[in-house]
Amino acid sequence: MITAAALATGLPFLAALLGLAVGRRSPAAARVLAVLPLAAAAALAIGVAAAHGDGGVTEEGPRLTPTGALGITLSLRIDGLAALVGALVAVVALLVQIYSTAYMRKDERYSSYAALISLFSSAMLLVVYTGDLLVLLLGWEVMGICSYFLIGHYWETEVARAAAVKAFLVTKLGDVPFLIGILVLGAGSGSFRIGAIVDNVPPSGSAYVTAGAILMLGGVAGKSAQVPLQTWLPDAMTGPTPVSALIHAATMVAAGVYVVARLYPVYLASTAALMVLAVMAAVTMVFSALAAFAQDDLKRVLAWSTVSQLAYMTGGLAAGGRDAAVFHLLTHGAFKALLFLAAGVVIHLAGSGRISDMGGLRHRSPTVFWTTTAGLAALVGVPPLSGFFSKEAVIGAAEHTALDSPVGGPPAAAGWLVLIAALLTAAVTAAYATRVWLRVFFGESRAPRGEPANHDVPERAAEAPAPHGEVPAAMRWPLIVLAVPTVFLGVIGLSTAWLPEWLGDADGRPYRGSTADAGLLLENQAYYDLVPRLGTSLVAVALLALGAGVVYAVWRRDPAADPARLLGPVRVPAERGFYADRFQNAAVVRPVWALSRVIRFVDTAVVDASVRGAADGAWRTGGRLRRTQNGNVQVYLAGLLTGIVILAVAVAVNA
Amino acid sequence: MHLVYPLVLAVLLFAIGLYGVLARRNAVLVLMSVELMLNAVNINLVAFDMWLRDTLHAGQALTLFVITIAAAEIGLGLAIVLMVFRNRATSDVSELRDLAEPGIGKGANARKARKTGSRRIKSEAA
Repeated sequence: MITAAALATGLPFLAALLGLAVGRRSPAAARVLAVLPLAAAAALAIGVAAAHGDGGVTEEGPRLTPTGALGITLSLRIDGLAALVGALVAVVALLVQIYSTAYMRKDERYSSYAALISLFSSAMLLVVYTGDLLVLLLGWEVMGICSYFLIGHYWETEVARAAAVKAFLVTKLGDVPFLIGILVLGAGSGSFRIGAIVDNVPPSGSAYVTAGAILMLGGVAGKSAQVPLQTWLPDAMTGPTPVSALIHAATMVAAGVYVVARLYPVYLASTAALMVLAVMAAVTMVFSALAAFAQDDLKRVLAWSTVSQLAYMTGGLAAGGRDAAVFHLLTHGAFKALLFLAAGVVIHLAGSGRISDMGGLRHRSPTVFWTTTAGLAALVGVPPLSGFFSKEAVIGAAEHTALDSPVGGPPAAAGWLVLIAALLTAAVTAAYATRVWLRVFFGESRAPRGEPANHDVPERAAEAPAPHGEVPAAMRWPLIVLAVPTVFLGVIGLSTAWLPEWLGDADGRPYRGSTADAGLLLENQAYYDLVPRLGTSLVAVALLALGAGVVYAVWRRDPAADPARLLGPVRVPAERGFYADRFQNAAVVRPVWALSRVIRFVDTAVVDASVRGAADGAWRTGGRLRRTQNGNVQVYLAGLLTGIVILAVAVAVNA
Repeated sequence: MHLVYPLVLAVLLFAIGLYGVLARRNAVLVLMSVELMLNAVNINLVAFDMWLRDTLHAGQALTLFVITIAAAEIGLGLAIVLMVFRNRATSDVSELRDLAEPGIGKGANARKARKTGSRRIKSEAA
């Protein structure tokens, strides 16, 4: 099983190298190299998951010769969580590659694009499977650089370049504390092995655990686009649609959530870290849902909604509901991928990415209409779609923590924070989803006549512009396929015998719903129970009905106007992401500029000046000596003679 | 014969040669002065050879070497002086200053040479 996991990680890496080497010369070979190794990796990852079942933890790896203080192990550590997420990643990456063979067929940089996706999936699988935090960091950074290149795929456009650099720098900003956190955890527990760290966590917490856990949240916030590092994700939508759909919505951004879930005992042992996580999640949730409500660009709405849904996951983690968070990760992966691909088709139909240019698309393609409706309903959490169950699981965990906080478990305050924010967000989510649904599919068509506004969607330029054509089958079928888990995936949470038992308890050991010993750190059975609770479900459904109802009422009164005007004075700040960019500019970018200006001054005025001064000094001193060199040989000889006489006298005197 | 007579003679010859080398301007005379110095050394060698009663007479043998080499040297030197005189119509060593540092010493185009020369050196230094 370990071999299969290692092969699943290694094959896409080799494919990426080969694809970069030969892909330019032969596009057909590039296509084969893109799809086949990932298909094998997906099969292997599914095999790993099937072989693992709910079998606790398997950890294995070559023994390395100890070389010093820092012990790096190359072991792979597979528990229920890793097996499940690994299979998800591999399958999603395979789908991206297949979709891209059609979508990016005419792209001249297809080979490097496919190789980067292969490299990305290899790195992500490494992050998922590895048993060592330093190796995890390696995969984490490779993922970051792949994301940078993929966002900047259309580097001819200024927007894509800026978005790529921004994504890279913002996530790197989070990776600095992440690295320090890893070092703190490794130094504190004496090993970088995840198994050793998780097993050695003192149950009552410890200073190094708290410090390491909070520092690692920096990287989590960067990768999963949580406040205050959320700004890169909406801009990252300038990348090709398959990338934004599946990497920046379903897999990579889940890596942050995954790391917290993987190191969950560390977080459970630190109340402070859970509180930080809860505040981060609560702020992100509400804030990005409001931002999604105000956006006009369809893909940006989905991006902000991704940020908001990721905050549900981190909120679930903060409230002790690890299984709920992973559940939401799975369902969100399905319905958000569906929504993004559907958005691609909608943009294709409307010839513009702006919601204000759409409208009345319901009749143009019933498939898109119905699948998008299912996706939006799942996003909102309409029962009995998948999103309802996973969201209720998160809310249920938060409610349990808030009302009945177990001793030594997550703090009640975190539970309240997440619970209130999640309920509020449920209403706002319903509002923005209804707005998108009504504005895109109902009412009069607002498509601009004549030239379709393709300028802000660079990828469209590469394809045949067919704003009023039929939806191609290659684009329609993935929607139908993805609609199935969107609707039905929720049932896996209905019994503790299914998802929770698969994931094991929070320590990674096998979990049996029937036994009293549910887990060492998270003993309460309620956290493993993902079934919606009646009270919170009623409140949540009422709130979402309220949110959707208000938007519907406003829309009914004036179908041509944007319901985003409901936000009133908050609308413009929300559309700009609450000026988080400006804040980052003031808080980070300008200080860095100022610092670099100081450094440049020091470099030119101190370092360079001293070097130049030394040279000038030598030159001036040499200038005096040069005066003696007047070309008259007899003067030289006289000097020589004087020297000899002086030396002779000196020797004679001393002797 | 006492050693001091040939040594005094050698010192006198060497001093005259040294003065000639340092003070004469005519290159031919400078070469002649060099010969004087060499011969002063030869006298020393022969005198000490006799004084030490060297069985191998290394001093006299070395003197023969010096004479030979001095002959060759003067041949070369006179040839060089001849060529210089043909080229420049002078054999005054104080006029032959082409190897001077640019801008130092006498010369009609000294200032120009200083500019170009110093720029060249500075660019090499940079």
